[in-house]
Amino acid sequence: MATRPTSDQIHVMRSQLGRVRGLGPAKSGAHHWKVERITALALVPLSVWFVFAILTHLGAPQPAVAAWAGSPLNAALLLALVIMTFHHMQLGLQVVWEDYIHHARRREALILATRAACLLLGLIAAVAIIKIAALAH
Amino acid sequence: MVGKSTDGRMVQRPLSPHLGIYGWPPTMVASILNRATGIALSVGALLLVWWLVAAASGPAAYADMEGFVRSPLGLLMLLGWTASLFYHLFGGIRHLAWDMGYLFAKPSLNPVTYLILALTAAATALVWLAAYLQIEG
Repeated sequence: MATRPTSDQIHVMRSQLGRVRGLGPAKSGAHHWKVERITALALVPLSVWFVFAILTHLGAPQPAVAAWAGSPLNAALLLALVIMTFHHMQLGLQVVWEDYIHHARRREALILATRAACLLLGLIAAVAIIKIAALAH
Repeated sequence: MVGKSTDGRMVQRPLSPHLGIYGWPPTMVASILNRATGIALSVGALLLVWWLVAAASGPAAYADMEGFVRSPLGLLMLLGWTASLFYHLFGGIRHLAWDMGYLFAKPSLNPVTYLILALTAAATALVWLAAYLQIEG
């Protein structure tokens, strides 16, 4: 009579490393978590710099603001701020939807819509910065 | 709640505690605030895009943007954005410390939460005082 295999008799034709990679409930490992932290780390100095920049340009006329934002260094920092902000925002909002939206298709649709909106808003901001930098003299 | 005892009599049973039983431990407040300020900052990111697009578009568009920011609703949004930014910044730094294994000891949890709230209030007040002096002074 054949005995049912116990768990230690089940042979998986796959290395332990292969089983770890790409498995787990998230199916994607720690990438999301890691990128959320890396963008957060970048945003610490960038957002402090941005608050100071805003403070020194309160009530300034548009040409003065554009001249400031158009310098290569400031334009690059603004681009970094925008890219990191919208990347971090998309990752953060995704976790909010994953926690509270229990209807699977609705959740996936919302995550996709969030990514699309963040990408589009980030691109609009980036084009604006590049235009300011291109027109600055 | 009405239930049945083992001999079949109807008896009053206590209800298990629901959400109302919980107080507001500082760590819970801190966690909820981190997510809430993240969502608020996502709304605030729209202001950032508007500011950049207005600066790229010219003096008229920039004046429209400034007009909104100086309106009661605009000022309220800006105040919320400032406070949310500082809370999310300080709370985020604590999250990064947690990820590296620091500040997890139970005695430090509540004091650090109070410190984050105090730093948020102080930084927000300082920025708005600086802004007031910049505009009026």
